Amino acid sequence: MNLVLFLEQALNGLQLGVMLFLMAAGLTLVFGIMNLVNLAHGSLYMVGAYLSVALVNLTGSYLLAVPLALLGTLAVGMLVELVALRTLYERDHLDQVLATFGLILFFNELVAILWGRAALYTTLPAWLSGQIELVAGLNYPTYRAAIIVVGLAVAVGLWYVVTRTRLGMLIRAGASNRTMVAALGVNIRLLYTVVFGFGAALAGLAGLMAGPIYTVQPGMGEDVLIEVFVVIVIGGIGSIRGALAGALIVGMVDTLGRAFLKPILGTLLSPTAAESAGPALASMLIYLLMAAVLAVRPAGLFPARG
Amino acid sequence: MTDTLLAVEDLYKAFGALKATDHVSLDVRAGETHAIIGPNGAGKTTLISQLSGTLRPDSGRIRFGGEDVTHLTAAARSHKGLARSFQITSIYRDFSALDNVALAVQAHAGHSFRFWRDARRDPGLRDPARAILDEVGLGARADVLAANLAHGEQRQLEVAMVLATKPRLMLLDEPVAGMGAEESQRMVEFLARFKGKQTIILVEHDMDAVFSLADRISVLVYGRVIATGTPAEIRANPDVRSAYLGEGGQ
Amino acid sequence: MPNRGRLVTIVVLLAALAAVPPLAAVFGQPFYLDLFRRIMIFAIAALSLNLILGYGGMVSFGHAAYLGIGAYAVGILAHHGVHDGFLQFGLAIAASAGIALVIGAISIRTSGVYFIMITLAFTQMLFYLGISLEEYGGDDGMRLAGRTQFAGLLDLRDPLPFYYFVLAILVAFLYLVHRLVNSRFGMVLRAAKSNEGRTRAIGVSPYPYRLVAFVIAGAMCGVAGALFVNQTAYLTPTFMSWTRSGEIMFMVILGGMSTLIGPVLGAIGLLLLEDVLQGWTQHWQIILGPILVLVVLFAKRGLAGLLPGSGRDD
Repeated sequence: MNLVLFLEQALNGLQLGVMLFLMAAGLTLVFGIMNLVNLAHGSLYMVGAYLSVALVNLTGSYLLAVPLALLGTLAVGMLVELVALRTLYERDHLDQVLATFGLILFFNELVAILWGRAALYTTLPAWLSGQIELVAGLNYPTYRAAIIVVGLAVAVGLWYVVTRTRLGMLIRAGASNRTMVAALGVNIRLLYTVVFGFGAALAGLAGLMAGPIYTVQPGMGEDVLIEVFVVIVIGGIGSIRGALAGALIVGMVDTLGRAFLKPILGTLLSPTAAESAGPALASMLIYLLMAAVLAVRPAGLFPARG
Repeated sequence: MTDTLLAVEDLYKAFGALKATDHVSLDVRAGETHAIIGPNGAGKTTLISQLSGTLRPDSGRIRFGGEDVTHLTAAARSHKGLARSFQITSIYRDFSALDNVALAVQAHAGHSFRFWRDARRDPGLRDPARAILDEVGLGARADVLAANLAHGEQRQLEVAMVLATKPRLMLLDEPVAGMGAEESQRMVEFLARFKGKQTIILVEHDMDAVFSLADRISVLVYGRVIATGTPAEIRANPDVRSAYLGEGGQ
Repeated sequence: MPNRGRLVTIVVLLAALAAVPPLAAVFGQPFYLDLFRRIMIFAIAALSLNLILGYGGMVSFGHAAYLGIGAYAVGILAHHGVHDGFLQFGLAIAASAGIALVIGAISIRTSGVYFIMITLAFTQMLFYLGISLEEYGGDDGMRLAGRTQFAGLLDLRDPLPFYYFVLAILVAFLYLVHRLVNSRFGMVLRAAKSNEGRTRAIGVSPYPYRLVAFVIAGAMCGVAGALFVNQTAYLTPTFMSWTRSGEIMFMVILGGMSTLIGPVLGAIGLLLLEDVLQGWTQHWQIILGPILVLVVLFAKRGLAGLLPGSGRDD
């Protein structure tokens, strides 16, 4: 195992972490402010991915497709909120889970009808494909580097909004005491809509960035969603800081685990044992991590207060 | 000298900048009915919650029968003999009144890892439960769903559940809250029967109830105990008078 | 049993289920024997989930894990030449109970949203584990090497005995759950769901009881899994997919939570609905999804709420 390989995988871990953060931030905000468990969050991610791939294939222009895909996902999200989710705010979590589960079935099938069940592919524009040289001897795919940059920029932007703006103050207040914020006369409806829009946009962004490098097919949202759950449980519900910490931890552990667990086990056990145990253990790693964190901190690492 | 059954030592609990319990110390003697009064927002329910174990104090100690119970869970304290009724009615709404009390009886009849016998047909649970319901005056309403009981009856049910756990100390948080004059009177008469035999901490706003039941009264204002004494002493206490009458509440 | 109307409904339903094989034979439609056997297996799974969800208030979104564990216990043993039903079902129960104990011990310390997410995550973990078990088919799964046999008394290869075996287990489990929920144990479980704060105040810590309920439910679902793999004659990790968990949860809600007959009605309702929709279009899920949403929004009491004798749960 050499340093370059390790750095490459570490960067991949960072890239995964950043994407998980985008998803987790949206989900945790919606839960923290509106007390809504939204399983269909993964579907918005899927919509973002499908829209970007379809639009790139349609228009041939990546730069045109990206904002359109983002707006499209936002529109779909707002429509879903209006039609289905509004009524769920007052319901208990079980109802929310089941109703949004129904939405997942709907969206997965809708996408299958429109684009089929086979995975969809797209090509990146020339200026995004290829590699860039980060340091001497370390080449990294340009696109993945771009994802990291965009993701971190969004993280900084979110931090700014949450800590420095009035909206952010309302979000933080709402996350720890929903009823108080309503009692203060804040337009709750509007706040909910804005927060949900934020969440949808973040999911859509994650999706459209994922399009070119991950498998775009029905059900892709749910695989990511469950990892996002692990992120939120580890990081703590309702807090952006928790989402970031959890996302980076999960991204790193998952990526490095998959890359290096088998070779590491190979030195400890026999090659054949490592061959079967390695991938099995690697796929279970983040869940075992979650269990470990829960044993020590049942509320996660950085839960929002109250 | 009568024994101290419950000793509260320098209890402190703050919610951010709000000091709900501000270095409270008091002692409750065995067999006495000790009332805690104070204006709204004084922190009475917060204090009761810390005594019963549903809330953890930031610092301070609670000794029950000489034993330090500060870090015991609510369930553990219940088994030590500390029983609590809630200010905001907290009963099993989807069970009958009899089921409610039977559950409290069951909770103190050993463990509940019994998987086969029908609990609702167990005379060991039903008979004591019925007896307690009769005692509080709900005997005729035993099979009514708790959610369908009148508010006053629900308050009676709260007290019944406290009795069912065979307590050494009863923490009653506004037992007559929301009751009409006649109902309150009956509840007060009922509670009066325990004077000397049970130890009761009574949080109440209803001054008639307080002055007829209490052996001693502690007055809580802004999380602090400003006076403790017999009803006569409290009535005459100038600080108490100004807290209630002078500044108009708070 | 407290409620006459309910009892009559249950007996009628079970009698109807018992009548399916002869009726199917008379009308020359063996497909229905297969369909209703599948329905009953899911009814058992839903029954087990109802114990912790309907009566216990624990929203476990990972219950399909035990379906998979039971199935894999049987499938793996069969793969290695062990076809004895006592051993297979014994392992299915032991493995499901054991894993439920571990997962429950960790998850039940949390509540609310955390519990939902954690149970889902652990099941996903088992799903990925199943995929990585190359020797047992991995991603694609594998055929069941041979049907379960019970010491010459019963061979699950025979459709008719298999059907009545499943029915017998369903009846037995219905009775078991009935006794459980009305026992002291069941009362504590239901009390903790009804008002957790009050339960602690009277001196009961819900955790140990919830954990035991979780283990029992897991073991029962493990039996369903052992039956299921015999039904499909095929073993795949998708037995543990979270959509499967959602399906089972749906049956519990559709049928009516915290009623005895609800899960059975829910299984019948959902699987028949799926069967009908699948006949119309291969894209049936796009219709099922919104139906589920509507059921949640407007029909909370479920099918059991429509039947005579409804009102008090038993």
